[in-house]
Amino acid sequence: MIERRPVLTILSHLVLLLGVLIVAFPVYVTIVASTQTTAQITQAIPMSLVPGDNMLQTYRLALFGGETESGGRIAPAWPMMWVSLVTALLISVGKIVISMLSAFAIVYFRFPFRGLVFWMIFITLMLPVEVRIGPTYEVVSNLGMLNSYAGLTIPLIASATATFLFRQFFLTVPDELVEAARMDGASPMRFFWDILLPLSRTSIAALFVIQFIYGWNQYLWPLLVTTNESMYPVVMGIRRLISGDAYTEWNVVMATAMLAMLPPALVVVLMQKWFVKGLVDSEK
Amino acid sequence: MEKKVRFKSQWLPWVLIAPQLVIVLVFFFWPAGQGLYQSVLEEDAFGMSREFVGLQNFSRLFNDSLYLESFQTTALFSILVAVCGLTVALLLAVMADRVWRAANIYKTLLIWPYAVAPAVAGVLWVFMFASPMGVIAFALRWLGLNWNHLLDSRDAMTLIVVAAVWKQISYNFLFFLAGLQSIPKSLLEAAAIDGATPWHRFRTIVFPLLSPTTFFLLVINVVYAFFDTFAIIDATTHGGPGKATSILVYKVYYDGFKAMDMGSSAAQSVILMVIVVCLTVVQFRLIERKVQYA
Amino acid sequence: MNFKFSIAAVASALALGASVSTPAQAQTEIQWWHAMSGALGEWVNDLAKDFNDSQKNYKVVPVFKGTYDEAMTAAVAAFRAGNAPHILQVFEVGTATMMASKGAIVPVTEVMSKAGIKFDPAAYVPAVAGYYTAPNGQMLSFPFNSSTTVFWYNKDAFQAAGLDPEKPPLTWPEVIAAAKKLKDSGHKCPFTTSWISWTQLESFSAWHNTEFATQGNGMKGNDARLAVNGPLQTRHIQNLADMAKDGLFVYKGRANAADPVFVAGECAMTTGSSALYGNVKRNAKFAFGTSTLPYYSDVSGAPQNTVIGGASLWVMAGRKADEYKGVAQFFDFLSRPEEAAKSHQRTGYLPLTIASFELTEKSGFYKANPGTDISVTQMIRKTTDNSRGIRLGNFVQIRTVIDEELEQVWAGKKTTKDALDTIVKRGNELLERFEKANR
Repeated sequence: MIERRPVLTILSHLVLLLGVLIVAFPVYVTIVASTQTTAQITQAIPMSLVPGDNMLQTYRLALFGGETESGGRIAPAWPMMWVSLVTALLISVGKIVISMLSAFAIVYFRFPFRGLVFWMIFITLMLPVEVRIGPTYEVVSNLGMLNSYAGLTIPLIASATATFLFRQFFLTVPDELVEAARMDGASPMRFFWDILLPLSRTSIAALFVIQFIYGWNQYLWPLLVTTNESMYPVVMGIRRLISGDAYTEWNVVMATAMLAMLPPALVVVLMQKWFVKGLVDSEK
Repeated sequence: MEKKVRFKSQWLPWVLIAPQLVIVLVFFFWPAGQGLYQSVLEEDAFGMSREFVGLQNFSRLFNDSLYLESFQTTALFSILVAVCGLTVALLLAVMADRVWRAANIYKTLLIWPYAVAPAVAGVLWVFMFASPMGVIAFALRWLGLNWNHLLDSRDAMTLIVVAAVWKQISYNFLFFLAGLQSIPKSLLEAAAIDGATPWHRFRTIVFPLLSPTTFFLLVINVVYAFFDTFAIIDATTHGGPGKATSILVYKVYYDGFKAMDMGSSAAQSVILMVIVVCLTVVQFRLIERKVQYA
Repeated sequence: MNFKFSIAAVASALALGASVSTPAQAQTEIQWWHAMSGALGEWVNDLAKDFNDSQKNYKVVPVFKGTYDEAMTAAVAAFRAGNAPHILQVFEVGTATMMASKGAIVPVTEVMSKAGIKFDPAAYVPAVAGYYTAPNGQMLSFPFNSSTTVFWYNKDAFQAAGLDPEKPPLTWPEVIAAAKKLKDSGHKCPFTTSWISWTQLESFSAWHNTEFATQGNGMKGNDARLAVNGPLQTRHIQNLADMAKDGLFVYKGRANAADPVFVAGECAMTTGSSALYGNVKRNAKFAFGTSTLPYYSDVSGAPQNTVIGGASLWVMAGRKADEYKGVAQFFDFLSRPEEAAKSHQRTGYLPLTIASFELTEKSGFYKANPGTDISVTQMIRKTTDNSRGIRLGNFVQIRTVIDEELEQVWAGKKTTKDALDTIVKRGNELLERFEKANR
């Protein structure tokens, strides 16, 4: 806030609140549905927006598994959440590491085929996943990576969003910093480690959140690559609860969906301290 | 957009890009090549009988008037998604940047849509719009709007645009906010002291300095609208009513995954890829010129 | 950022994950990929468990692979990579696709005979098994979960509208009359339907002993072509279009989007799958009834029999002979009268064998659960060429074409004749392609 403009501030809050209401409404629906019973959900036209009183039971059932009152059996969600957690961490950390290094090379070095390399990496965004998912499965299968964390994560590290973002960011870093480093006789990696890395904190934080969520929400790829139930991520678990023909325990579905939404939200909260305003300013 | 100052090393850059390049070659180019090769084949689902048919898959697509119509549908959809997603997110980010202390709470609340898995989001939208549980559909009808996304093509398009944008707002918001927060406060303070209004400051300082982020998000949003939206459509409208919401990538997904028509799906992927590559090249050549990298 | 820690964590996790541990197996494992979720997924797991407990040599491992499409995609990818499952559950509209992939599957008759297990195709319910049988009598896939089209109605709504809740409409004119009365009494959605292609065209045609496609609905050859723009179907779709205009028929979406609408009580009558029974019984707050699919009494040959929906189990090629023995034993287990009867009563799917039907009848199940035998009685009849079943290539796409064109009719954008002709035109293009690709 530069100066005090109360009207603008109030307006800001209003706009934000409206934004939150609109954007968060579906999430509210999910929460409410997870506190009701399946009968309440399916028999109401439309579904009631008032929270029910079935919350604890439903969440306990979703998280730890067990039997519902109608005799249905629910598999516990927490092992699947663990798989999702490891997968998400591996993907986000892996992606950030290799992308930062690539972007650093592309922006700060001149080497033959530099432009080609950038486009090769960048073009991975341009092909729909459907057409290559079958052959990718074959590659993974041939490398013996089925039903493993390696198979779940490494093929997904290939994409280019992170490299693109880091490239954008590195291009904004002032040249004087590089010159100063070179005059001090610092090696490129020293420059990278001591100067570029701290400057990139905000981008890294944003990317970490996005990539963590991306890894956490994988459904189609794990569906193909796993046959072992102990390697199922949580999104697969949610889909497995929803039946087209027969009985679906909707409240458990919604509760599991809420549980699945918590870790990503947690990651956002934990990354807050990295979103420090004016970082570039103070480093100059 | 070239750095004038660089490091000199012959071998280091190759070492740095090696990990990503290897993964991209093994897990993208190799399978993608195989997948794209299917576009010139006519084969059964399991690949037991293969026949090389040249460009037949392509010519069949271009002779299909419904396929050609979906170009228009896709263009409309992508423009709506990119424009709405970017403007709403920018507005929210600018507002959140102002109320810095409370921004954390808003940020956490606004990121939730992105945290919802696409596989689950589809279920949620059905829950909100489809009978009998559909709260929003009920509210719209109660307000007197004759909402029927099952038979009215405009309602259906509105639904998928809203669903697609909903998720992207969080994504764009996050990056816009990060971009806004790396703008040096001193610049803005100086301008304020000179008497510039907030709007003037936004126009002359914030927006230009934000342009690298905006450019990044523009490219990403276009790619998203073209490629990642089939799941939402599959869950809500299935491309209907008729073919009103059948965008190009949905047909790729449908032909590849439901109809088991790999040849056609691969051919369409080639076409789609060419379109998006062209769009991206255009964006890089024309728009990036206006981006200020400081 | 604690880089080094992160790198160490990544490295160790990768090392951990990359080692795929396969414990030593005394039993032969049989991979069964299915698309059953929710309560049906539990049913599948129980079947596997019961079989595994009943013998020591084989272990059936059921693996949930998403929806029918996703399971198919996964199986195709796995097959091309050389590690297909043993058993794959494929929906009924994928039958022609599976059959056309010569060498990808092993017919069930062959699996059973090679394993030396007595197998009598006549023991299975004719209209069910016939769908999955080749013209030469060889059973290609194992009918696992089959349902058929029935009529569901809300007895309470009937009462409120002045209709007799114990007398469901049997013919389409009666349905229209009932819908009119419901609408007059203020009901907002008298009639809707699920799976519109299946209930209003495919099963509808079979029920009236009319062909849906030539060549015995495709059973006799790949040169079949659609015949849905015939006079009977045109008359029926026009009736539905008129009902839609009068607000008697409310379209609630593709696939089975209309099911929850009926269960919630929003719509009073619907035609849909018999497998809806479990859902309706548990969730409906109203008294409900089920009846046979409505027909036109002035059409000779009606009512004949309805067409099944659901899925069957296919055996994939490329596995070891010993493993196929296990598959054969598993199929034999599923066919036992007590097992088949148990499954039928639990899920609402049709009984697999005639013996299991008789067993269920004797146990008084149908008396205790009125309406659950409607689906069966519609199927235990001698079939004709027009009603044995439908086997068309690219059937998934044909159904989508039907959905799309009919939506234009309900929206008032196309005439019935125009829509049906377009369906035939677009459908025949798909059939021609299939024929050419599988010559």
